[in-house]
Amino acid sequence: MAALIEIENLVKEYPGVRAVDGISFAIAEGRCFGLLGPNGAGKTTTLEILEGITEPDVGQILFRGAMRDAAYRQAIGIQFQHTALPDFQTVDEALRLFASFYTRHRPLAELIELCNLGELLQRDTRKLSGGQRQRLLLAIALVNDPDLVFLDEPTTGLDPQSRRNFWALIAGIRRDGKTVLMTTHYMEEASVLCDEIAIIDRGQIIEQGAPRQLLAQHFPRALVRIPLDAMPAADDLPLGFAVHGDHAIAATDDIDAALAELTRRHVALDDLHVSAPTLDDLFLKLTGHGLREP
Amino acid sequence: MNLQRILAVVSARNREFYRDKAGLGWNLLLPFVLVLGLAFIFSGPENALYKVGVLGAPADTGQTGFLATRHISFIAQEDEAAAIEKVRYHRIDLLVDLRDPPRYWVNDLSPSGYLVERLLLQSSATTPGRLQRETVSGRPVRYVDWVLPGVLAINVMFSSLWGVGWVIVRYRKNGVLRRLRATPLTASEFLVAQILSRLLVVSAVSVLVFLSTDALLDFPMRGSYLALILVFLAGTVALISLGLTVSTRVRSEELADGLLNLMAFPMMILSGVWFSLEGTNLWAQRLADLLPLTHMVEAARRIMLDGAGVAEVMFEVIILLTIAVVLLALSAMAFRWQ
Repeated sequence: MAALIEIENLVKEYPGVRAVDGISFAIAEGRCFGLLGPNGAGKTTTLEILEGITEPDVGQILFRGAMRDAAYRQAIGIQFQHTALPDFQTVDEALRLFASFYTRHRPLAELIELCNLGELLQRDTRKLSGGQRQRLLLAIALVNDPDLVFLDEPTTGLDPQSRRNFWALIAGIRRDGKTVLMTTHYMEEASVLCDEIAIIDRGQIIEQGAPRQLLAQHFPRALVRIPLDAMPAADDLPLGFAVHGDHAIAATDDIDAALAELTRRHVALDDLHVSAPTLDDLFLKLTGHGLREP
Repeated sequence: MNLQRILAVVSARNREFYRDKAGLGWNLLLPFVLVLGLAFIFSGPENALYKVGVLGAPADTGQTGFLATRHISFIAQEDEAAAIEKVRYHRIDLLVDLRDPPRYWVNDLSPSGYLVERLLLQSSATTPGRLQRETVSGRPVRYVDWVLPGVLAINVMFSSLWGVGWVIVRYRKNGVLRRLRATPLTASEFLVAQILSRLLVVSAVSVLVFLSTDALLDFPMRGSYLALILVFLAGTVALISLGLTVSTRVRSEELADGLLNLMAFPMMILSGVWFSLEGTNLWAQRLADLLPLTHMVEAARRIMLDGAGVAEVMFEVIILLTIAVVLLALSAMAFRWQ
């Protein structure tokens, strides 16, 4: 499938820090691409460069195979992580304000239904809850029926239920054939929504691919965890186990063999935990630090 | 430039203005408080520093008699007709003509004029009957009438400087500018919308304040309404442009507030709103000539008190529009969304 947007060797430096350090990737039309990384990894700066908010020091961005021009702003929709709307506007007025900036429109009625804003139209935008506000910001991002939608940590700060509701909205956008580029540091979110992810650390992409493919590539089928204090001797772990914090963890394709070895050594299995590896585990393995730590 | 986008931003900004009840109340209340406060304060005896114009003043500095009186500022006058007008409009309290025959002019409506006249007559007691008294009469001008055009202009100044300068800095700080930057709205469209919106708001508030103050104080309006509208429109655009220059890059509301005050205070003091700069430091007068409020007040006063028409204030209108064009060009070049 043809790439809708191609990014080549982006570099952006701020005094004392290289926020983006040679990032390249491409997103095919209709795909959802996730940029993952801890705070300060460079994902928001990368997104801002693509949105046209920040100019890169070096690098090239091609949209539909050509350099970006004035039409680019008409073709993209953005949901910012931190943003504000003019004060004293109702939801309806805010939608109409942003709709007036574009030549192409998605019918407001359709958008209001999609983002479930029907009962909020006359409410002051400052009096919306977190989830309602994110739905309005998403509707604003979609007001011009964009080809490419940027979502910058769209569910940060939402409660679990609002987050899942928001995922359903994004799934709806994807069904409409939109191409989505999102940042997140919720691994579950990336797993559920993204066709492809790039893990960014210190301004560079350190791994890229489909979430399942990356996990299969880096991990055996399962992770077996057991608290260290359940082990008879912390300095004599069974084969395959390694210490991670206060747990001993083994990555294995043969769960039965791992359990048999633990039983043979008379390890109490009360607190044993067997799970499929997650993107959190992948990030930890690749970078040596957790996703939510800088 | 896309008119639809500009009008959409104008509407949004107007809604912000009229739905902010506290801000709206203050915008309407401030000019009334100023005018009524002044009318009250200056209804009693005026302050003790007097200004006396002198026609035919001797070149030597060793003055005797009345001209040696302390706490009176004696200001040499060249043009008799212009000096008499100054008496009429309270710019000087008394005019003395030392040429032959010795005469003096006083405004019967001026309390200061009355006091200075008493001093003059006492100093001249040794030569009774020589001084010829002339009364400046005709159209009476109270201090509040003289000060009112300036108060209307000051209201325009505050609303223009803060309503644009401070608001854009707030937009920048809270992320509204960043959000707008990501749309096809251009910087020029955004700035034009801010100017139009504020011009609309200032015009509406000024008309309201003008009419209601007139109902309360019954001040004179002797000149052309068209001229007054022209002067206020040109002055408002010049002051909005001045506010824009502050807003182009500043991110902190506190800094913006300080910079706006830095502009507002010299204009409050030096633009001749409260007292005439007659006889003050020449540098202060030159500085005043650079301030848009000075030309606005001067022209408005000439229209309202002297009955001037469009042609008589065209010079000030052109100066105000020139200031506006220069500041707008600078602001457009310097403007940053972030």
